[in-house]
Amino acid sequence: MEQVSTDDLLAWIRLFARLVAENRDALTELDAAIGDADHGANMHRGTTAALAAVDGAAPASAGALVKKVGMTLVSTVGGASGPLYGTFFLRVGTALGEEASVAPADVAAALRAGLEGVVTRGRAEAGDKTMVDALAPAVAACEEALAAGRPWAEALAAAADAAAAGRDATTPMVARKGRASYLGERSAGHQDPGATSAALLVAAAAQTLAGGGAGG
Amino acid sequence: MKKLINDPADVVPEALAGIEAAHPDLRVDHANRVVHRADLPRPGKVGLVSGGGSGHEPLHGGFVGLGMLDAACAGEVFTSPVPDQVLAATKLADSGAGVLHVVKNYTGDVMNFEMAAELAESETGSRVVAVVTDDDVAVQDSTWTAGRRGVGVTVLLEKIAGAAAEQGRSLDEVAEVARRVDANGRSMGVALTSCTVPAVGHPTFELGEGEMELGVGIHGEPGRERVPLAPARDIAAMLVEPVLADLPFGRGDRVLCFVNGLGGTPLLELYVLYNEVHRILTGSGLDVARSLVGPYITSLDMAGSSVTLLRVDDELLSLWDAPVRTPALRWGV
Repeated sequence: MEQVSTDDLLAWIRLFARLVAENRDALTELDAAIGDADHGANMHRGTTAALAAVDGAAPASAGALVKKVGMTLVSTVGGASGPLYGTFFLRVGTALGEEASVAPADVAAALRAGLEGVVTRGRAEAGDKTMVDALAPAVAACEEALAAGRPWAEALAAAADAAAAGRDATTPMVARKGRASYLGERSAGHQDPGATSAALLVAAAAQTLAGGGAGG
Repeated sequence: MKKLINDPADVVPEALAGIEAAHPDLRVDHANRVVHRADLPRPGKVGLVSGGGSGHEPLHGGFVGLGMLDAACAGEVFTSPVPDQVLAATKLADSGAGVLHVVKNYTGDVMNFEMAAELAESETGSRVVAVVTDDDVAVQDSTWTAGRRGVGVTVLLEKIAGAAAEQGRSLDEVAEVARRVDANGRSMGVALTSCTVPAVGHPTFELGEGEMELGVGIHGEPGRERVPLAPARDIAAMLVEPVLADLPFGRGDRVLCFVNGLGGTPLLELYVLYNEVHRILTGSGLDVARSLVGPYITSLDMAGSSVTLLRVDDELLSLWDAPVRTPALRWGV
Protein backbone atom coordinates (compact mmCIF):
# COMPACT_ATOMS: atom_id res chain seq x y z
CA MET A 1 0.00 0.00 0.00
CA GLU A 2 1.41 3.38 -0.99
CA GLN A 3 2.00 5.91 1.75
CA VAL A 4 2.48 9.67 1.87
CA SER A 5 5.77 10.41 3.63
CA THR A 6 7.05 13.51 5.38
CA ASP A 7 9.37 13.94 2.38
CA ASP A 8 6.32 14.06 0.11
CA LEU A 9 4.67 16.63 2.38
CA LEU A 10 7.84 18.72 2.40
CA ALA A 11 7.94 18.54 -1.40
CA TRP A 12 4.32 19.76 -1.41
CA ILE A 13 5.19 22.81 0.69
CA ARG A 14 8.30 23.48 -1.40
CA LEU A 15 6.37 23.36 -4.66
CA PHE A 16 3.51 25.45 -3.25
CA ALA A 17 6.03 28.09 -2.18
CA ARG A 18 7.61 28.00 -5.66
CA LEU A 19 4.24 28.31 -7.44
CA VAL A 20 3.28 31.22 -5.19
CA ALA A 21 6.60 32.93 -5.92
CA GLU A 22 6.13 32.43 -9.67
CA ASN A 23 2.54 33.72 -9.49
CA ARG A 24 3.16 36.48 -6.95
CA ASP A 25 2.49 39.36 -9.34
CA ALA A 26 -0.45 37.61 -10.99
CA LEU A 27 -2.09 37.06 -7.58
CA THR A 28 -1.55 40.70 -6.69
CA GLU A 29 -3.04 41.86 -9.99
CA LEU A 30 -6.14 39.74 -9.40
CA ASP A 31 -6.43 41.19 -5.91
CA ALA A 32 -6.00 44.75 -7.21
CA ALA A 33 -9.10 44.27 -9.35
CA ILE A 34 -11.45 43.34 -6.52
CA GLY A 35 -9.50 43.59 -3.29
CA ASP A 36 -6.53 45.48 -1.93
CA ALA A 37 -3.59 44.35 -4.05
CA ASP A 38 -1.67 42.47 -1.38
CA HIS A 39 -2.46 38.78 -1.87
CA GLY A 40 0.65 37.94 -3.89
CA ALA A 41 3.07 39.72 -1.57
CA ASN A 42 1.45 38.30 1.57
CA MET A 43 1.33 34.71 0.34
CA HIS A 44 4.89 34.97 -0.97
CA ARG A 45 6.15 36.22 2.38
CA GLY A 46 4.22 33.50 4.24
CA THR A 47 5.06 30.52 2.09
CA THR A 48 8.74 31.54 1.99
CA ALA A 49 8.78 31.66 5.80
CA ALA A 50 6.83 28.41 6.11
CA LEU A 51 9.22 26.56 3.82
CA ALA A 52 12.21 27.93 5.73
CA ALA A 53 10.64 26.76 8.99
CA VAL A 54 10.38 23.13 7.89
CA ASP A 55 13.06 22.75 5.20
CA GLY A 56 16.10 20.92 6.54
CA ALA A 57 14.60 20.42 9.99
CA ALA A 58 13.83 16.73 10.45
CA PRO A 59 10.14 16.79 11.47
CA ALA A 60 8.99 14.34 14.12
CA SER A 61 5.92 13.39 12.13
CA ALA A 62 3.70 14.24 9.17
CA GLY A 63 1.38 16.12 11.49
CA ALA A 64 4.19 18.09 13.15
CA LEU A 65 5.54 19.23 9.79
CA VAL A 66 2.20 20.46 8.49
CA LYS A 67 1.25 22.10 11.80
CA LYS A 68 4.55 23.99 11.77
CA VAL A 69 3.63 25.28 8.30
CA GLY A 70 0.24 26.40 9.64
CA MET A 71 1.69 28.20 12.64
CA THR A 72 4.23 29.98 10.46
CA LEU A 73 1.55 31.11 8.00
CA VAL A 74 -0.62 32.46 10.83
CA SER A 75 2.35 34.48 12.05
CA THR A 76 3.61 35.79 8.73
CA VAL A 77 0.84 36.23 6.16
CA GLY A 78 -1.60 38.63 7.81
CA GLY A 79 -4.81 39.72 6.16
CA ALA A 80 -7.55 37.15 5.88
CA SER A 81 -5.29 34.67 4.12
CA GLY A 82 -3.08 34.19 7.19
CA PRO A 83 -5.78 32.84 9.51
CA LEU A 84 -7.43 30.93 6.65
CA TYR A 85 -4.35 29.18 5.25
CA GLY A 86 -2.95 28.86 8.77
CA THR A 87 -6.13 27.20 10.00
CA PHE A 88 -6.13 24.91 6.93
CA PHE A 89 -2.64 23.57 7.62
CA LEU A 90 -3.16 23.40 11.41
CA ARG A 91 -6.27 21.25 10.92
CA VAL A 92 -4.64 19.10 8.23
CA GLY A 93 -1.62 18.59 10.48
CA THR A 94 -3.74 17.66 13.48
CA ALA A 95 -5.66 15.13 11.38
CA LEU A 96 -2.48 13.62 9.88
CA GLY A 97 -1.32 12.66 13.35
CA GLU A 98 2.01 11.59 14.73
CA GLU A 99 3.15 8.96 12.22
CA ALA A 100 5.99 9.51 9.73
CA SER A 101 3.84 8.37 6.81
CA VAL A 102 0.12 8.34 6.18
CA ALA A 103 -2.23 6.33 3.94
CA PRO A 104 -3.91 8.21 1.06
CA ALA A 105 -7.38 7.83 2.56
CA ASP A 106 -6.14 9.47 5.75
CA VAL A 107 -4.56 12.30 3.76
CA ALA A 108 -7.88 12.84 2.00
CA ALA A 109 -9.61 12.91 5.39
CA ALA A 110 -7.03 15.43 6.63
CA LEU A 111 -7.66 17.67 3.61
CA ARG A 112 -11.38 17.48 4.44
CA ALA A 113 -10.59 18.56 8.02
CA GLY A 114 -8.53 21.46 6.65
CA LEU A 115 -11.37 22.56 4.40
CA GLU A 116 -13.81 22.45 7.33
CA GLY A 117 -11.42 24.61 9.35
CA VAL A 118 -11.35 27.21 6.57
CA VAL A 119 -15.13 27.22 6.31
CA THR A 120 -15.52 27.66 10.07
CA ARG A 121 -12.88 30.40 10.37
CA GLY A 122 -14.06 32.36 7.33
CA ARG A 123 -17.78 31.63 7.64
CA ALA A 124 -17.79 31.23 3.86
CA GLU A 125 -19.96 28.90 1.79
CA ALA A 126 -19.60 27.54 -1.71
CA GLY A 127 -20.43 30.24 -4.23
CA ASP A 128 -19.26 33.15 -2.06
CA LYS A 129 -16.28 33.71 -4.43
CA THR A 130 -13.55 32.64 -2.00
CA MET A 131 -10.81 30.01 -1.69
CA VAL A 132 -13.56 27.59 -0.60
CA ASP A 133 -14.77 27.51 -4.22
CA ALA A 134 -11.48 25.87 -5.27
CA LEU A 135 -10.82 23.80 -2.14
CA ALA A 136 -14.26 22.26 -1.64
CA PRO A 137 -14.60 20.68 -5.11
CA ALA A 138 -10.98 19.52 -4.90
CA VAL A 139 -11.52 17.67 -1.63
CA ALA A 140 -14.78 16.18 -2.92
CA ALA A 141 -13.16 15.02 -6.18
CA CYS A 142 -10.30 13.39 -4.29
CA GLU A 143 -12.72 11.55 -1.99
CA GLU A 144 -14.91 10.40 -4.89
CA ALA A 145 -11.96 9.04 -6.85
CA LEU A 146 -10.67 7.10 -3.85
CA ALA A 147 -14.16 5.77 -3.13
CA ALA A 148 -14.35 4.58 -6.75
CA GLY A 149 -11.17 2.63 -6.21
CA ARG A 150 -8.99 4.78 -8.44
CA PRO A 151 -5.26 5.13 -7.71
CA TRP A 152 -4.03 7.87 -5.39
CA ALA A 153 -2.21 9.72 -8.18
CA GLU A 154 -5.46 9.87 -10.16
CA ALA A 155 -7.40 11.05 -7.12
CA LEU A 156 -4.91 13.88 -6.67
CA ALA A 157 -5.05 14.76 -10.36
CA ALA A 158 -8.86 14.85 -10.14
CA ALA A 159 -8.55 17.18 -7.15
CA ALA A 160 -6.25 19.51 -9.09
CA ASP A 161 -8.64 19.55 -12.06
CA ALA A 162 -11.59 20.26 -9.76
CA ALA A 163 -9.69 23.07 -8.02
CA ALA A 164 -8.81 24.66 -11.36
CA ALA A 165 -12.43 24.40 -12.52
CA GLY A 166 -13.62 25.82 -9.19
CA ARG A 167 -11.13 28.68 -9.51
CA ASP A 168 -12.37 29.45 -13.04
CA ALA A 169 -15.98 29.29 -11.86
CA THR A 170 -15.35 32.18 -9.44
CA THR A 171 -15.00 34.65 -12.32
CA PRO A 172 -18.71 35.32 -12.89
CA MET A 173 -19.58 35.10 -9.18
CA VAL A 174 -20.61 38.09 -7.07
CA ALA A 175 -18.46 38.09 -3.94
CA ARG A 176 -20.21 37.68 -0.60
CA LYS A 177 -17.17 37.48 1.68
CA GLY A 178 -14.01 39.48 2.12
CA ARG A 179 -13.18 42.87 0.69
CA ALA A 180 -14.39 41.95 -2.79
CA SER A 181 -17.93 41.75 -1.37
CA TYR A 182 -17.95 45.55 -0.97
CA LEU A 183 -18.01 45.85 -4.75
CA GLY A 184 -21.33 44.05 -5.03
CA GLU A 185 -22.11 43.30 -8.68
CA ARG A 186 -18.86 44.91 -9.73
CA SER A 187 -16.95 41.94 -8.32
CA ALA A 188 -18.35 39.76 -11.11
CA GLY A 189 -16.06 39.25 -14.09
CA HIS A 190 -12.90 38.86 -12.01
CA GLN A 191 -11.25 35.61 -10.97
CA ASP A 192 -10.96 35.34 -7.18
CA PRO A 193 -7.34 35.64 -5.95
CA GLY A 194 -7.95 33.36 -2.94
CA ALA A 195 -9.40 30.62 -5.13
CA THR A 196 -6.42 31.11 -7.43
CA SER A 197 -3.83 30.56 -4.70
CA ALA A 198 -5.88 27.64 -3.36
CA ALA A 199 -5.77 26.02 -6.82
CA LEU A 200 -1.96 26.39 -6.72
CA LEU A 201 -1.97 24.59 -3.37
CA VAL A 202 -3.93 21.67 -4.81
CA ALA A 203 -1.86 21.62 -8.03
CA ALA A 204 1.26 21.37 -5.87
CA ALA A 205 -0.31 18.49 -3.91
CA ALA A 206 -1.12 16.62 -7.12
CA GLN A 207 2.49 16.80 -8.27
CA THR A 208 4.09 15.79 -4.97
CA LEU A 209 1.84 13.73 -2.69
CA ALA A 210 1.70 10.73 -5.03
CA GLY A 211 5.27 10.02 -4.07
CA GLY A 212 8.56 10.04 -5.89
CA GLY A 213 9.61 13.38 -4.46
CA ALA A 214 8.54 15.19 -7.61
CA GLY A 215 8.30 18.91 -7.76
CA GLY A 216 11.41 19.73 -5.71
CA MET B 1 5.95 55.98 -8.05
CA LYS B 2 7.34 58.99 -6.20
CA LYS B 3 7.47 58.42 -2.47
CA LEU B 4 9.51 59.87 0.35
CA ILE B 5 10.87 56.53 1.50
CA ASN B 6 14.06 54.51 1.58
CA ASP B 7 13.03 51.01 0.57
CA PRO B 8 9.38 49.97 0.09
CA ALA B 9 10.04 46.91 2.25
CA ASP B 10 11.12 49.09 5.21
CA VAL B 11 8.29 51.62 5.27
CA VAL B 12 6.42 50.20 8.26
CA PRO B 13 9.38 49.51 10.62
CA GLU B 14 11.04 52.82 9.75
CA ALA B 15 7.84 54.78 10.38
CA LEU B 16 7.49 53.03 13.75
CA ALA B 17 11.08 53.98 14.59
CA GLY B 18 10.14 57.55 13.68
CA ILE B 19 7.12 57.51 15.99
CA GLU B 20 9.32 56.32 18.84
CA ALA B 21 11.96 58.96 18.14
CA ALA B 22 9.39 61.76 17.90
CA HIS B 23 7.27 60.89 20.94
CA PRO B 24 9.22 60.21 24.14
CA ASP B 25 6.12 59.13 26.08
CA LEU B 26 5.59 56.23 23.65
CA ARG B 27 7.57 53.03 23.17
CA VAL B 28 7.74 50.61 20.29
CA ASP B 29 8.10 46.84 20.49
CA HIS B 30 9.88 46.55 17.16
CA ALA B 31 9.74 42.75 16.95
CA ASN B 32 5.95 42.80 17.19
CA ARG B 33 5.44 46.27 15.67
CA VAL B 34 3.46 47.49 18.65
CA VAL B 35 3.31 51.17 19.63
CA HIS B 36 2.50 51.45 23.32
CA ARG B 37 2.43 53.87 26.20
CA ALA B 38 5.68 54.02 28.12
CA ASP B 39 3.85 53.84 31.46
CA LEU B 40 2.21 50.40 31.06
CA PRO B 41 0.71 48.56 32.82
CA ARG B 42 -1.61 51.02 34.53
CA PRO B 43 -3.11 49.14 37.48
CA GLY B 44 -6.88 48.94 37.56
CA LYS B 45 -7.34 50.48 34.14
CA VAL B 46 -8.97 48.54 31.32
CA GLY B 47 -6.49 48.20 28.46
CA LEU B 48 -7.44 49.52 25.03
CA VAL B 49 -5.80 47.78 22.10
CA SER B 50 -6.34 48.39 18.45
CA GLY B 51 -4.44 47.85 15.26
CA GLY B 52 -4.77 47.16 11.64
CA GLY B 53 -2.97 47.45 8.39
CA SER B 54 -0.55 50.34 7.98
CA GLY B 55 -1.30 53.14 5.55
CA HIS B 56 -4.08 54.77 7.63
CA GLU B 57 -1.86 56.97 9.77
CA PRO B 58 -2.32 58.50 12.25
CA LEU B 59 -4.70 55.57 12.92
CA HIS B 60 -3.84 53.60 15.07
CA GLY B 61 -0.34 54.30 16.44
CA GLY B 62 -0.95 58.06 16.48
CA PHE B 63 -3.82 57.53 18.90
CA VAL B 64 -1.75 55.83 21.59
CA GLY B 65 -1.43 57.79 24.81
CA LEU B 66 -3.30 59.22 27.77
CA GLY B 67 -7.06 59.02 27.29
CA MET B 68 -7.00 56.87 24.19
CA LEU B 69 -5.24 53.61 23.24
CA ASP B 70 -2.72 51.78 25.40
CA ALA B 71 -1.21 49.83 22.53
CA ALA B 72 -1.64 49.57 18.77
CA CYS B 73 -0.15 47.04 16.43
CA ALA B 74 0.77 47.77 12.85
CA GLY B 75 0.38 45.27 10.07
CA GLU B 76 1.92 45.52 6.64
CA VAL B 77 0.37 48.21 4.45
CA PHE B 78 -3.37 47.52 4.19
CA THR B 79 -2.88 44.10 5.79
CA SER B 80 -4.18 43.10 9.19
CA PRO B 81 -1.61 42.47 11.91
CA VAL B 82 -1.07 38.81 12.70
CA PRO B 83 -2.28 37.21 15.96
CA ASP B 84 1.23 37.23 17.50
CA GLN B 85 1.29 41.02 17.26
CA VAL B 86 -2.18 41.49 18.70
CA LEU B 87 -1.30 39.05 21.49
CA ALA B 88 1.85 41.03 22.34
CA ALA B 89 -0.14 44.28 22.43
CA THR B 90 -2.83 42.66 24.58
CA LYS B 91 -0.28 41.41 27.12
CA LEU B 92 1.31 44.87 27.35
CA ALA B 93 -2.04 46.57 27.89
CA ASP B 94 -3.47 44.13 30.41
CA SER B 95 -3.14 45.28 34.00
CA GLY B 96 -5.60 42.63 35.16
CA ALA B 97 -8.71 44.70 34.48
CA GLY B 98 -9.20 43.17 31.04
CA VAL B 99 -8.59 44.40 27.53
CA LEU B 100 -10.89 45.89 24.92
CA HIS B 101 -9.99 45.13 21.31
CA VAL B 102 -11.13 47.81 18.88
CA VAL B 103 -11.39 46.08 15.50
CA LYS B 104 -12.44 47.53 12.18
CA ASN B 105 -14.82 45.23 10.35
CA TYR B 106 -12.64 43.64 7.71
CA THR B 107 -12.51 39.90 7.25
CA GLY B 108 -8.79 39.65 8.00
CA ASP B 109 -8.78 41.98 10.99
CA VAL B 110 -11.72 40.22 12.62
CA MET B 111 -10.14 36.77 12.18
CA ASN B 112 -6.67 37.81 13.37
CA PHE B 113 -8.00 39.60 16.46
CA GLU B 114 -10.26 36.61 17.18
CA MET B 115 -7.31 34.22 17.05
CA ALA B 116 -5.31 36.58 19.28
CA ALA B 117 -8.11 36.84 21.83
CA GLU B 118 -8.31 33.03 21.97
CA LEU B 119 -4.54 32.86 22.51
CA ALA B 120 -4.57 35.57 25.21
CA GLU B 121 -7.36 33.90 27.11
CA SER B 122 -5.65 30.51 27.00
CA GLU B 123 -2.11 31.76 27.70
CA THR B 124 -2.61 34.40 30.39
CA GLY B 125 -6.27 34.17 31.32
CA SER B 126 -6.73 37.77 30.16
CA ARG B 127 -10.31 38.76 29.66
CA VAL B 128 -10.70 40.22 26.18
CA VAL B 129 -13.80 41.81 24.72
CA ALA B 130 -13.85 42.90 21.08
CA VAL B 131 -15.87 45.76 19.67
CA VAL B 132 -16.08 45.79 15.89
CA THR B 133 -16.70 49.07 14.07
CA ASP B 134 -18.92 48.94 10.96
CA ASP B 135 -20.07 52.44 10.10
CA ASP B 136 -19.64 52.69 6.32
CA VAL B 137 -23.06 53.25 4.75
CA ALA B 138 -21.57 52.74 1.26
CA VAL B 139 -21.93 49.02 1.92
CA GLN B 140 -25.67 48.69 1.63
CA ASP B 141 -26.52 45.02 1.37
CA SER B 142 -24.70 43.83 4.46
CA THR B 143 -26.53 40.50 4.50
CA TRP B 144 -24.70 39.59 1.32
CA THR B 145 -21.30 41.02 2.13
CA ALA B 146 -18.71 40.77 4.87
CA GLY B 147 -20.76 43.52 6.52
CA ARG B 148 -20.15 47.22 6.64
CA ARG B 149 -16.58 48.43 6.86
CA GLY B 150 -15.16 50.13 9.88
CA VAL B 151 -13.99 53.63 8.94
CA GLY B 152 -14.25 57.08 10.55
CA VAL B 153 -16.19 56.01 13.63
CA THR B 154 -13.13 54.04 14.70
CA VAL B 155 -11.29 57.30 15.50
CA LEU B 156 -14.19 58.67 17.55
CA LEU B 157 -14.68 55.35 19.33
CA GLU B 158 -11.03 55.09 20.33
CA LYS B 159 -11.18 58.59 21.82
CA ILE B 160 -14.47 58.12 23.67
CA ALA B 161 -13.86 54.57 24.93
CA GLY B 162 -10.32 55.63 25.84
CA ALA B 163 -11.73 58.38 28.07
CA ALA B 164 -14.13 55.91 29.68
CA ALA B 165 -11.25 53.53 30.44
CA GLU B 166 -9.16 56.40 31.81
CA GLN B 167 -11.99 57.13 34.30
CA GLY B 168 -11.54 53.65 35.72
CA ARG B 169 -14.70 52.10 34.34
CA SER B 170 -14.97 48.31 34.07
CA LEU B 171 -14.36 46.34 30.89
CA ASP B 172 -18.08 45.77 30.39
CA GLU B 173 -18.82 49.46 30.90
CA VAL B 174 -16.11 50.55 28.48
CA ALA B 175 -17.33 48.02 25.92
CA GLU B 176 -20.89 49.30 26.31
CA VAL B 177 -19.80 52.89 25.61
CA ALA B 178 -17.79 51.68 22.63
CA ARG B 179 -20.73 49.78 21.17
CA ARG B 180 -22.95 52.83 21.68
CA VAL B 181 -20.50 54.93 19.63
CA ASP B 182 -20.50 52.40 16.80
CA ALA B 183 -24.28 52.11 16.85
CA ASN B 184 -24.74 55.89 16.62
CA GLY B 185 -22.12 56.67 13.98
CA ARG B 186 -22.28 56.49 10.19
CA SER B 187 -19.77 57.36 7.46
CA MET B 188 -19.44 57.77 3.71
CA GLY B 189 -16.33 58.44 1.65
CA VAL B 190 -15.28 59.64 -1.79
CA ALA B 191 -11.99 59.28 -3.67
CA LEU B 192 -10.70 61.76 -6.22
CA THR B 193 -7.60 59.65 -6.91
CA SER B 194 -6.43 56.14 -6.18
CA CYS B 195 -3.61 55.44 -3.76
CA THR B 196 -0.27 53.76 -4.42
CA VAL B 197 0.85 50.92 -2.16
CA PRO B 198 4.66 51.30 -1.79
CA ALA B 199 5.37 47.62 -2.42
CA VAL B 200 3.19 47.66 -5.55
CA GLY B 201 4.54 50.85 -7.07
CA HIS B 202 1.58 51.94 -9.16
CA PRO B 203 -1.95 53.19 -8.35
CA THR B 204 -4.35 50.49 -7.17
CA PHE B 205 -7.04 51.64 -9.58
CA GLU B 206 -7.35 54.21 -12.34
CA LEU B 207 -9.61 57.23 -12.11
CA GLY B 208 -9.99 59.60 -15.04
CA GLU B 209 -9.35 63.34 -14.65
CA GLY B 210 -13.08 64.06 -14.66
CA GLU B 211 -14.17 61.17 -12.42
CA MET B 212 -14.50 60.36 -8.76
CA GLU B 213 -15.27 57.15 -6.93
CA LEU B 214 -18.17 57.34 -4.49
CA GLY B 215 -18.42 55.02 -1.50
CA VAL B 216 -14.77 54.08 -1.18
CA GLY B 217 -13.21 52.42 1.80
CA ILE B 218 -9.72 53.05 3.10
CA HIS B 219 -7.73 50.37 1.26
CA GLY B 220 -7.83 51.54 -2.34
CA GLU B 221 -10.62 49.08 -3.01
CA PRO B 222 -12.93 50.58 -5.60
CA GLY B 223 -16.17 52.06 -4.29
CA ARG B 224 -19.78 51.50 -5.23
CA GLU B 225 -20.10 53.95 -8.04
CA ARG B 226 -17.99 56.00 -10.42
CA VAL B 227 -19.47 59.42 -11.06
CA PRO B 228 -18.37 62.67 -12.72
CA LEU B 229 -16.25 64.97 -10.56
CA ALA B 230 -18.45 67.60 -8.91
CA PRO B 231 -18.07 70.83 -6.88
CA ALA B 232 -17.59 70.46 -3.11
CA ARG B 233 -21.19 71.50 -2.40
CA ASP B 234 -22.48 68.59 -4.49
CA ILE B 235 -19.96 66.15 -3.06
CA ALA B 236 -21.03 67.22 0.44
CA ALA B 237 -24.62 66.34 -0.41
CA MET B 238 -23.63 62.99 -1.92
CA LEU B 239 -21.77 62.11 1.28
CA VAL B 240 -24.15 63.52 3.87
CA GLU B 241 -27.50 62.43 2.47
CA PRO B 242 -26.93 58.64 2.66
CA VAL B 243 -25.43 59.12 6.14
CA LEU B 244 -28.42 61.11 7.40
CA ALA B 245 -30.90 58.67 5.89
CA ASP B 246 -29.27 55.61 7.34
CA LEU B 247 -29.43 55.90 11.14
CA PRO B 248 -31.66 57.89 10.60
CA PHE B 249 -30.58 61.17 12.14
CA GLY B 250 -33.48 63.47 12.99
CA ARG B 251 -34.15 67.15 13.64
CA GLY B 252 -32.79 68.28 16.97
CA ASP B 253 -30.21 65.50 17.20
CA ARG B 254 -26.86 66.63 18.50
CA VAL B 255 -24.01 65.35 16.36
CA LEU B 256 -20.27 65.27 16.22
CA CYS B 257 -19.30 66.01 12.61
CA PHE B 258 -15.99 64.53 11.46
CA VAL B 259 -14.69 65.53 8.05
CA ASN B 260 -11.73 63.29 7.37
CA GLY B 261 -8.99 63.58 4.78
CA LEU B 262 -7.93 60.38 3.03
CA GLY B 263 -4.28 61.43 2.84
CA GLY B 264 -3.85 63.41 -0.34
CA THR B 265 -6.37 66.22 0.13
CA PRO B 266 -5.16 69.46 1.74
CA LEU B 267 -6.78 70.87 4.85
CA LEU B 268 -7.83 73.90 2.80
CA GLU B 269 -10.14 71.67 0.75
CA LEU B 270 -11.31 69.75 3.81
CA TYR B 271 -12.52 73.03 5.32
CA VAL B 272 -14.29 73.92 2.07
CA LEU B 273 -16.05 70.57 2.36
CA TYR B 274 -16.70 71.02 6.08
CA ASN B 275 -18.40 74.34 5.37
CA GLU B 276 -20.78 72.66 2.93
CA VAL B 277 -21.43 69.72 5.24
CA HIS B 278 -22.09 72.00 8.20
CA ARG B 279 -24.56 74.03 6.12
CA ILE B 280 -26.48 70.90 5.12
CA LEU B 281 -26.57 69.63 8.71
CA THR B 282 -27.82 72.86 10.24
CA GLY B 283 -30.28 73.18 7.35
CA SER B 284 -31.59 69.74 8.29
CA GLY B 285 -32.18 70.89 11.86
CA LEU B 286 -29.21 69.09 13.40
CA ASP B 287 -27.20 70.63 16.21
CA VAL B 288 -23.50 70.26 15.39
CA ALA B 289 -22.18 70.00 18.93
CA ARG B 290 -18.55 69.16 18.07
CA SER B 291 -16.41 68.85 14.99
CA LEU B 292 -13.19 67.23 13.91
CA VAL B 293 -11.53 68.18 10.62
CA GLY B 294 -8.33 66.68 9.31
CA PRO B 295 -6.61 63.55 8.05
CA TYR B 296 -7.11 61.05 10.89
CA ILE B 297 -7.93 57.79 9.09
CA THR B 298 -6.23 57.84 5.74
CA SER B 299 -5.62 55.66 2.72
CA LEU B 300 -1.95 56.42 1.97
CA ASP B 301 -1.84 59.20 -0.65
CA MET B 302 -5.46 58.97 -1.79
CA ALA B 303 -7.11 62.31 -2.50
CA GLY B 304 -10.61 62.42 -1.10
CA SER B 305 -12.57 62.63 2.08
CA SER B 306 -15.04 60.87 4.28
CA VAL B 307 -17.79 62.33 6.42
CA THR B 308 -18.69 60.70 9.73
CA LEU B 309 -21.64 61.76 11.85
CA LEU B 310 -21.93 60.57 15.43
CA ARG B 311 -25.14 61.17 17.37
CA VAL B 312 -24.06 62.25 20.84
CA ASP B 313 -25.58 62.70 24.28
CA ASP B 314 -24.19 64.48 27.34
CA GLU B 315 -22.16 61.46 28.37
CA LEU B 316 -20.54 60.89 24.98
CA LEU B 317 -19.81 64.62 24.72
CA SER B 318 -18.12 64.75 28.11
CA LEU B 319 -16.02 61.70 27.20
CA TRP B 320 -15.12 63.36 23.89
CA ASP B 321 -14.08 66.52 25.76
CA ALA B 322 -12.01 64.62 28.35
CA PRO B 323 -8.23 65.12 28.27
CA VAL B 324 -6.27 63.30 25.60
CA ARG B 325 -2.54 63.30 24.89
CA THR B 326 -1.54 61.34 21.79
CA PRO B 327 0.55 62.25 18.74
CA ALA B 328 -2.56 63.04 16.68
CA LEU B 329 -5.22 64.19 19.16
CA ARG B 330 -4.21 66.35 22.08
CA TRP B 331 -6.35 68.58 24.28
CA GLY B 332 -7.20 69.29 27.88
CA VAL B 333 -3.74 68.41 29.18
